[in-house]
Amino acid sequence: MRKLLAALLVSAALAIADAPSAIAIRDAKIVPVSGPIIPNGVVVLRNGLIEAVGANVSIPADAWVIDGKGLTVYPGLIDGLSNLGIPQAAAPAATAARTGGRTTTPADPIAAMIASAAASPVIRGPEDRPQTTSWITAADQVNPSDRRLETFRSAGYTTAVTFPMTGIFAGQGSVIDFAGEKSGQMVVTSPVAQYISMRTTGGFGAFPGALFGVMAYVRQIYIDADHYKQVKDAYAKNPRGMARPEYDRALEGVLASPRILLPASRAVEITRMQKFGAELKQSVILYGAHEAYKLPETIKLPVLVSLKWPEKARDGDPDEIDTLRALQLRDKAPSSPAALAKAGVKFAFFTDGIDRPADVMTAVKKAIDAGLTPEQALRALTLSVAEIFGVDDRLGSIDKGKIANLVVTKGDLFTEKPQVQFIFVDGQKFEPVPDETPQNQGGAGARRPTGGVE
Amino acid sequence: MRSTILLLIAAMAAFAAGPVTVIQNAQILTITKGTIKNGQILIRDGKIAEVGEKVNIPAGAKIIDAGGQFVMPGIIDCHSHIATEAVNEGTLSVSSMVGIEDVVNPEDIAIYRALAGGVTTANVLHGSANAIGGKCAVIKTRWGKDAQSMIFEGSTPGIKFALGENPKRAGATPVGQGGRGRYPATRMGVEDVIREAFTEAKTYQASWKEYNEKVQRGEKALAPRRDLKLEPLVEVLEGKRFVHAHCYRADEILMLLRVADDFGFKIRTLQHVLEGYKVAKEIKEHGAGASTFSDWWGYKVEAYDAIPYNAAIMTRKGVTVSLNSDDAELMRHLNQEAAKTLKYGGLTEDEALAMITINPAKQLAIDKYVGSIEVGKSADLVIFDKHPLSNYAKVQKVLIDGDTYFERDKDQSERTVKAAEKKTLLDKEKEQQQRQNAPRGGQGATGRRPS
Repeated sequence: MRKLLAALLVSAALAIADAPSAIAIRDAKIVPVSGPIIPNGVVVLRNGLIEAVGANVSIPADAWVIDGKGLTVYPGLIDGLSNLGIPQAAAPAATAARTGGRTTTPADPIAAMIASAAASPVIRGPEDRPQTTSWITAADQVNPSDRRLETFRSAGYTTAVTFPMTGIFAGQGSVIDFAGEKSGQMVVTSPVAQYISMRTTGGFGAFPGALFGVMAYVRQIYIDADHYKQVKDAYAKNPRGMARPEYDRALEGVLASPRILLPASRAVEITRMQKFGAELKQSVILYGAHEAYKLPETIKLPVLVSLKWPEKARDGDPDEIDTLRALQLRDKAPSSPAALAKAGVKFAFFTDGIDRPADVMTAVKKAIDAGLTPEQALRALTLSVAEIFGVDDRLGSIDKGKIANLVVTKGDLFTEKPQVQFIFVDGQKFEPVPDETPQNQGGAGARRPTGGVE
Repeated sequence: MRSTILLLIAAMAAFAAGPVTVIQNAQILTITKGTIKNGQILIRDGKIAEVGEKVNIPAGAKIIDAGGQFVMPGIIDCHSHIATEAVNEGTLSVSSMVGIEDVVNPEDIAIYRALAGGVTTANVLHGSANAIGGKCAVIKTRWGKDAQSMIFEGSTPGIKFALGENPKRAGATPVGQGGRGRYPATRMGVEDVIREAFTEAKTYQASWKEYNEKVQRGEKALAPRRDLKLEPLVEVLEGKRFVHAHCYRADEILMLLRVADDFGFKIRTLQHVLEGYKVAKEIKEHGAGASTFSDWWGYKVEAYDAIPYNAAIMTRKGVTVSLNSDDAELMRHLNQEAAKTLKYGGLTEDEALAMITINPAKQLAIDKYVGSIEVGKSADLVIFDKHPLSNYAKVQKVLIDGDTYFERDKDQSERTVKAAEKKTLLDKEKEQQQRQNAPRGGQGATGRRPS
């Protein structure tokens, strides 16, 4: 017994020794994003933060030193909208919102929650708060056991703005880091926004069944929230003689959210949601933006661009010829980021449910091929995300005092096979693990040669 | 010097006057002021400035030579479901909180096709799934513009009601056989839903009245909760929103008119109204307009007792009658629908054309802007190669607010350009596909064989 205890103590001591008080990467090319590239510099990390960065930074005596010769240091990549970190959740279907299907799966814990919330048998209208779980937060749902965290971390992602995604008012998003043994350690800040979809049930089921029903519902919710706040304030000031206002968790959730996400992929939706957002008097972020190339100069709101570019339907009728409009969209969608950059619109990328990091990089490459500069692409994967969600004071670039989230590569990040060497999340060093994600059926991976079985 | 100033003034005057277009050498069907055999129309700032055999053509005016063809006012369809991304919020029996204006889709190809059929204005309605449906939007078919630019400025907002089989869900799967029950299931229930809704709306109206009075007296008060379902109904009660009611049978038409009388509001138009000929007197007395089909019926039980003389009989009884499409295809040849009233009921040419121009304009209260070729109205004009009441007439050109939105020649020439673009894109995609599928590492076509 005593032996065992001693062994435990030793291993604990080793574990402490394992975590150096400071790490310095020297002689590396540093891409801070917030400023010019440092061709040969030093980054010092301590206590999970960036202690120093620059060409002429002295390396602290207590630091573990990493030789960065031939390596490039970038800020950790941030997924602008995802459900990474929420285990077993259904794949995000942000751009699927308009297809009108229900996307809940039984395995989804939030879906189960919504199912129980929807247990009230009849939806008589907006007052029954259909498809609403605005009060739940991603921070309360995240779990380090989500294996996708490791997969994406290995590709250079250190952070995500992660959301519950089921329903119309799905819930509040949180910024999470891809490290930590407990959920609480993962959370950078919460809540940052409310996820709103325009998902419809279709047909004659429960309200709202059609797009204008969803919009009317969202509009009524913000009217109700306004009224609720007034009544609550009045009651708080002088409760005597006043009927107690009924607690409404749906409105509490909406009032707690500092921003809202509205879906807008097609040009029509972009115009519509900009107008709608102004009417709601909320701070709005648009997501989707595949047709943004058509009207970049009209966009006045920050935009999250889905990296899931539209593709020809797989398993479609081979004899069916797509419309000119569909062909134009597939051809032009990847040029949207470049068009937004040119028009000076604040934009960032999100993975939109792509489950293989390699496919994410292929998608970024497509945007670069369509006119986006690699610098602009990098910004859309780092600092711009942080700015859009108001966390650029702590994330998104390699600057003194920010959170030590870095990705270190051999060679360039935007190549077909970026060679990630290490990833730092909250100052913790990780090495990439091989991507074991099942390849997309019929996706790029499936077409790789399978080897000479003759 | 003086001449320079004069020139400058002249230039400024021309500038202030805005762009001028003249349509000449046209047979002009004004609808309200007779027909001009060979006349001219002067368009300034999108409005009709002069109409007659000869107008004063200013220097620099753009000339459209109609070459002896026919000009009529843009066609108005009082019942359409194009240009929208949603039609029915059928989950509730009262869905007045929803509205077409939220979901206008300016990219709907049906807009362009309607335009090619001469339609320049359409009343886009919510569907007929429920007793009180959603809010309507009157649009102009300004193809190529954004959603906001489609909205007919100055038009009165409307709301859709529906009676009979659709709102009572006849034909829906019954409860107990997997269907979802939704009240009402009978015509009695439809009436009850409308009465209940307006009773609620009156209470709501009173609560705001009380609040506003308190505020005026300087008392402190919390505003009532705004209710997006009841607000449009209060607008109906106050005459600020038009009711367009889908209906078929005479009995349900009378029911609705009585309900409206009880609550003190008006039915602006009865839509479809296939049995309107039986109760034309009552419709006239209420002051409702009728918007019907020429000869489309029999598609369900409640649509059996119809006659093609419906439009003519109601017209002769003094009802303002329009012919509508309710359908993206029918919408493209409303001129032919109008022509049928010459055969069935012996209406005059002007009366027939009025059913797709000035009459729907009156029903929608936009007749001060559109519906006839008169000075001061918007230059929404259609040029047909033959008389529009002929089956052989084809739309050549369509103007809205004086701007050209459709030209048959241009349409034809653009087809080849678009076909070429499509081919290029298809080829490009095919090429990309082949490149991705191309075998690598020496695995040729013979790489895989059964052993």
